[in-house]
Amino acid sequence: MLRQIEGSQGIAEAVALCRPQVVCAYPITPQTHIVEGVGAMVKDGRLTNCEFINVESEFAAMSVAIGASAAGARAYTATASQGLLFMAEAVYNAAGLGLPIVMTVGNRAIGAPINIWNDHSDSMALKDAGWIQLYAETNQEAADLHIIAFRLAEELSCPVMVCVDGFILTHAFERIDTPTQAQVDAFLPPFSPVQMLDPDDPYSIGAMVGPEAFTEVRYLAHQKQVDALEVIPRVAAEFQAAFGREAGGLLRSYRVDGAETVLVALGSINGTIKDVVDAERAKGVSVGSVCIGSFRPFPLAELHDALAGAKRVVCIEKSLAPGLGGMLASNVRMAMRGLTTPVLTVIAGLGGRPITRTGLTEVIRAAGADALDDVTFLDLNRPAIEAQLTRSAGLRESGPIAENLLKALNPGLVRRVSPRKEAGQ
Amino acid sequence: MTDDTPQKVRFYQTGTHTVGNRLMDEAARTVQASPDRSNAITSGHRACQGCGEALGARYALDAAMRASGGRMVAVNATGCLEVFTTPSPESSWQIAWLHSVFGNAPAVATGVAAAMRMRGKTDVRVVAQGGDGGTTDIGFGCLSGMFERNDDVLYICYDNEAYMNTGVQRSSATPPAARTATTQAIGPHPGNIFGTGKNMPRIAMAHNIPYVATASVADLHDLEAKVTRAMSIGGARYIHIFVPCPLGWGSASHDTVKLARLAVESGLFPLFEAEHGEVTAVKKIRHQVPVEDYLRPQGRFRHLFREGHEDRPTIEAIQRMADANIRRYGLVEEDAA
Repeated sequence: MLRQIEGSQGIAEAVALCRPQVVCAYPITPQTHIVEGVGAMVKDGRLTNCEFINVESEFAAMSVAIGASAAGARAYTATASQGLLFMAEAVYNAAGLGLPIVMTVGNRAIGAPINIWNDHSDSMALKDAGWIQLYAETNQEAADLHIIAFRLAEELSCPVMVCVDGFILTHAFERIDTPTQAQVDAFLPPFSPVQMLDPDDPYSIGAMVGPEAFTEVRYLAHQKQVDALEVIPRVAAEFQAAFGREAGGLLRSYRVDGAETVLVALGSINGTIKDVVDAERAKGVSVGSVCIGSFRPFPLAELHDALAGAKRVVCIEKSLAPGLGGMLASNVRMAMRGLTTPVLTVIAGLGGRPITRTGLTEVIRAAGADALDDVTFLDLNRPAIEAQLTRSAGLRESGPIAENLLKALNPGLVRRVSPRKEAGQ
Repeated sequence: MTDDTPQKVRFYQTGTHTVGNRLMDEAARTVQASPDRSNAITSGHRACQGCGEALGARYALDAAMRASGGRMVAVNATGCLEVFTTPSPESSWQIAWLHSVFGNAPAVATGVAAAMRMRGKTDVRVVAQGGDGGTTDIGFGCLSGMFERNDDVLYICYDNEAYMNTGVQRSSATPPAARTATTQAIGPHPGNIFGTGKNMPRIAMAHNIPYVATASVADLHDLEAKVTRAMSIGGARYIHIFVPCPLGWGSASHDTVKLARLAVESGLFPLFEAEHGEVTAVKKIRHQVPVEDYLRPQGRFRHLFREGHEDRPTIEAIQRMADANIRRYGLVEEDAA
């Protein structure tokens, strides 16, 4: 059914159609509307045979999901930002135990400084936890990916993280086509794990493994992700056949044929990128883009093929690896075996800063003129940075970065001098 | 055979009050005495000689197993019990068992219980367990959450008063003056600080959960009875079991039960039951002993008893803690006090 609804509501309804049996919730912006939506459906009886558990932390949320999944129930939760980091230990544990939990991450920046707005710092921090990591481009795909995620998780015995840009998708009202229960039931069979906690067939799950077998266990975790490279496109094709629209898959290329500059990005920014590609193509600029749908497993071979004809690759990424540059770019470089194509990165949209068509157009022009640095920060307030660097150059105790920068941006603020310095020491 | 003369009760262990199992009423005999006893943790595990936790866990889980007819799942926090029972590929567990991480056993158990309900397996009971570190420190938040929601889980804490698995470091359950690897017996105030304490059974009671009990490996009948009682109740339940650790306490491995008994008889570890936040039963002390009797055999308190330099103020301070327990719970009969 086509409706104009909030992204979070679309996700909540898609999750409910997957018939989860245990949903655990802990509030953190911007994922709250999702679990509120699922909770309301449990409470008013639209979603039956499901327990909605309000827990005391994200760590508990993932832990309840672990217990529920290990005992044979389909389990779901959602989180973001600090919450994802707070549950990090359990996130790794869920993957290590091979539990097919599905979790939405409403992507948000990590503090300090505390910031509630969108970027990908949170999911990037846990990219190697052993979960399959999918990124949604639109609200429709955000909803659809959850139906796909349960299929993938249970087929592979591997948890799946569905990454949805906070606010940009979670809080935006857009047209979403919600499938029927019959459609979803036909696509997603009931959960029937081969091994679970059962008094009739008691297993010990979660035993200690020493050096003699640990590497093999980890190898199998890697192999599972390699297998997922085959399963993800197949399930996406099945989804398209069943629901009549595209969702999921490893990556989607846009006008890359003959493109000299190819932009690579994750998530909702691909919409803006495609608009800019169209506008630049209309002006005769040779540019295309690739939207990566699956960051884990990372589609090395498919990306290699998609980028093979490019003269340069520019990653537009919403996270920063301080001291290196960008995680997306360093992963993309792994796909460039045998190619000498430069892979540049543009750090953009951190902490919710808008990535504009103007900004992206400038990036494409600079790239085309080979005037783009390896690492570029889009729309950086250079004067504020220079002022802070100059001011802190002579000081050994420079203090918190954010507060110092705010002082520079707001000259009206009283400048505090440390008592020691005031005393002339 | 009939014999009208009353049978003289014989004590099997000199200096104990343990009545031989065969002299007890059939129904009151220990689970362990039954030829077809339940067997949650089978032999061959890697616990140290004289391990109080292994003893406590076996009695507790066998009683739980008997109470549930074997329809149960155990969730384990990281710790000695987890490590010594499951060195992969071996496992001592004869029941369905799950270990996730250190601090989340209560929440994992909540998830297991919810899953069992949703899968229509309403007869399956869930027991979560951890050491004092996993309970009073790192798992504290998850435990409080499980209590407050009144989730259908029995949580058992095996309290040996420090992080033994990592090499005897202080936990919030470590008693004052005790030497651990992080509260060394050196300096002007050797051993652990005199903090305010963290009384987990009373914290559990403050949640008004249906059942809270303390138990000791010194009284295994009492321990079994409390586990059995807990298993007959729904909702969140908590049992705190005192389990001496020869390795961590610097005590002889054959003194585990004796030390557990002296902790009870001195008043340092009161045995009681509580329902919905109110104490309902207290186990009286039969032969009160000074705390010194309990402290002296333990290496972790050795610095209190250096020849010619006995630390009387500290010993007296610990005695005051025992006296406070005796007053609070009425542990000594009025005529005996």
